[in-house]
Amino acid sequence: MVTQLPETDAVLLGVGLVGTILGRELTRAGLKVVGLERGEPRFTVPDFQGPAMHDELRYSIRKALMQDNTRETLTFRNTSKETALPIRRWASFLPGTGLGGAAVHWNGQTYRFQDSDFRMRSRTQERYGKNFLPDDVTIQDWDVGGAELEPYFDRFEYLLGVSGKAGNLKGQKIAGGNVFEDPRSRDYPTPPMKEPYGSALFRKAADKLGYHPFPQPSSNLSQPYTNPEGMTMNACMFCGFCERYGCEHYAKASPQTVLLPVLLKDKNFTLRTNTQVLRINLDNTGKRATGVTYVDASGREFVQPARLVIVGAFALNNVRLLLLSKIGTPYDPQTGKGTVGRNYAYQTTSAVEVFYDEKTNINPFMRSGANGTVIADFVSDNFDHGPHGFVGGAYIGEIMTNGRPIEFHPTPVGTPAWGAEWKKAVVRHYNHTAVLNVHGSSVATRQNYLDLDPTYRDAWGLPLLRMTFEFPDNDIRMSAFVTGKAMDIGRAMGGQRVDGGPRKPPYTITQYQTTHNTGGTIMGADPSTSVVNRYLQSWDVPNVFVIGASNFPQNASYNPTDTVGALAYWAADAIVRQYLKQPGPLVHP
Amino acid sequence: MAGAAAAATAASTHAMRDASAAAAPPVYVFFNPEEAAFIEAAVERLIPADENGPGALEAGVPSFIDKQLSGAWGAGERLYRSGPWHEGAPTQGYQLPFTPAELFRHALRGIRDDFRQRGSQPFGKLAAQEQDAYLKSLETGKLELDGVPSKVFFESLLSMTIEGFFSDPVYGGNKDMVSWRMIGFPGAYANYYHTVDQHGMQFTRAPMSLSETGRGVIHIHPDIPAGQHAPPVKKGK
Repeated sequence: MVTQLPETDAVLLGVGLVGTILGRELTRAGLKVVGLERGEPRFTVPDFQGPAMHDELRYSIRKALMQDNTRETLTFRNTSKETALPIRRWASFLPGTGLGGAAVHWNGQTYRFQDSDFRMRSRTQERYGKNFLPDDVTIQDWDVGGAELEPYFDRFEYLLGVSGKAGNLKGQKIAGGNVFEDPRSRDYPTPPMKEPYGSALFRKAADKLGYHPFPQPSSNLSQPYTNPEGMTMNACMFCGFCERYGCEHYAKASPQTVLLPVLLKDKNFTLRTNTQVLRINLDNTGKRATGVTYVDASGREFVQPARLVIVGAFALNNVRLLLLSKIGTPYDPQTGKGTVGRNYAYQTTSAVEVFYDEKTNINPFMRSGANGTVIADFVSDNFDHGPHGFVGGAYIGEIMTNGRPIEFHPTPVGTPAWGAEWKKAVVRHYNHTAVLNVHGSSVATRQNYLDLDPTYRDAWGLPLLRMTFEFPDNDIRMSAFVTGKAMDIGRAMGGQRVDGGPRKPPYTITQYQTTHNTGGTIMGADPSTSVVNRYLQSWDVPNVFVIGASNFPQNASYNPTDTVGALAYWAADAIVRQYLKQPGPLVHP
Repeated sequence: MAGAAAAATAASTHAMRDASAAAAPPVYVFFNPEEAAFIEAAVERLIPADENGPGALEAGVPSFIDKQLSGAWGAGERLYRSGPWHEGAPTQGYQLPFTPAELFRHALRGIRDDFRQRGSQPFGKLAAQEQDAYLKSLETGKLELDGVPSKVFFESLLSMTIEGFFSDPVYGGNKDMVSWRMIGFPGAYANYYHTVDQHGMQFTRAPMSLSETGRGVIHIHPDIPAGQHAPPVKKGK
């Protein structure tokens, strides 16, 4: 038996970062909004409190805040010649679940993508010529620019209270900030966090080599802050339990700390947790959504009619929801036709370890999710790619997040994996090692994509999402080049030994890399190569908006959340100012 | 006087409890005695006692593994278990139908049979060097242990040993936070605001377990509601 509910103005699929922002903007505009969140309701008190929250086994290793694989996972293969098999346990990336979504367990690294990222294809062709890109690289422009998004970045950062130092204020470069960033209209809402020891060692070395180190922009706050919504946050305590954890201190920006309590008080907003959306329903023309079908925690099925559908789940789930709902044409790698699932990209990461003498106490446990010092000299198109034959880049930084010992017990290359020698090395190096991260871009290619798996199903009997991904040659070359630079900085940091190396194929789902999965519902100017228009509105079903990192046509060097937040405000603005006045397509190609 | 007497009694009770705890053999609910003997001997080779401090055996790692396998984790918590089953490529991760409990049961049975077949005395009775060689053969060899590739079992055993050694003592391993004291990890302590910029400082504070009450400074903001039914927030600028 299916229960028909009364129609609402808008329904949110997912109440994480995107859902909370859209919920707030749409209720503010007078709409009645229903938010459907598949996971549990959860709040700073009592759900994220210490000391229980400071449990590495439960949260980092057993992944308590993440999507339960027994209900819903995806399948994976490196190439379309192989049979995809289910990811039976998360390792490489960690999709979250529950109220607040992945913005509860994120680290808080809050970078703006650059204008050169938004115009990656045209800029590459302008600067390096038409033949610079290999044929199978399908990077494209976003159809939105850095200057256009600036006010939305600004708004999002002031919502979060981001701690940082501007490097480019209205075109004026400021030493000590990120001098490569696009002009920002004003400085960060709060000053940078304190600089930990390893980061200070990195800054000195990077300075000496002529680079431009700056404090990583952080949504773990450096001081108390009250945002424009009236929400007050505290200063970060550097507890060392940030990513994969909820913040007990109200110091990490998350929907719970910056906006959700305001939204939940709005009479026009209804939150329903533990609701699994099965599909978006379409009318018989297939061009208009009528609402969604979902199942509650007891297994009862409901139809929630809505005039406007906002798909704001995790990037991978946005793609799956469109495929399950038959909205848009699935991408076919053989023909290159179709759009949904196209241009799945990831992040190309590597690490460098600097081993110090026993007198140098790095104290890795005195850290937060987003503290640290980085350089952007090799980010995006901030350097000349001509001699190197690849596009994209990476930031390099000493941005250690913790010293939790199940996962963090660095040993030099060549140390046995167990036994007496291993133990000696762990004791010797635990408190005397700094780790540099190389956080790099990921180009889209013709071969990497997402679709529905023909075999494996979720707990509700629906096909799992299937991921086909291998690191493109371009990104392997990028990683080799930038990791080499990171090794040089590591050698200049005064340690006794430096280990590390670039990312190499094959991509494996067995080793944590990052949860920055992007693409699959990409934005663009051309309906034959994008799923949504520049306002993140479905080309096929105009009363469906799809918002998230799934909109990225390829992934840039930086962490994605700031850009996701800016896109959420950008889309909300378009809906409120344009769409609600005249519902229908906002772009006519 | 009464206070001092009570304190003395408490101290002696405490000492007695410690002594009996040290003497009492661990109670296993998952492992049978033969399996436990293998696990105890194996984890002590993976993380041996040395001049730096206790190894995995003394830290209670066998109890940790026993508890994990007898509970939700052992039963396949958060493990997608639908078939069909294919071996797949190494990049595709774990693809066996076994839960962790089943994996250990099968593999330990396989090891028992392997020793019987070779007419060898049990693993626990071998010299340390021979034990290491056998563990190495599990780690790198192609032996199949009652359906479980020995590599997969070894990987599970090693990762659970490291988990048990370094996780909070509430889970049964890392007794008295020995591993944390050894490397200098302070545990569940939550506040380094005043020390993070004292670069290179020697942090000597004793570690803290989840079982202790919060000793860090925890700020709970009175104006921020905990849930939907909390009072309204103050409006800011």
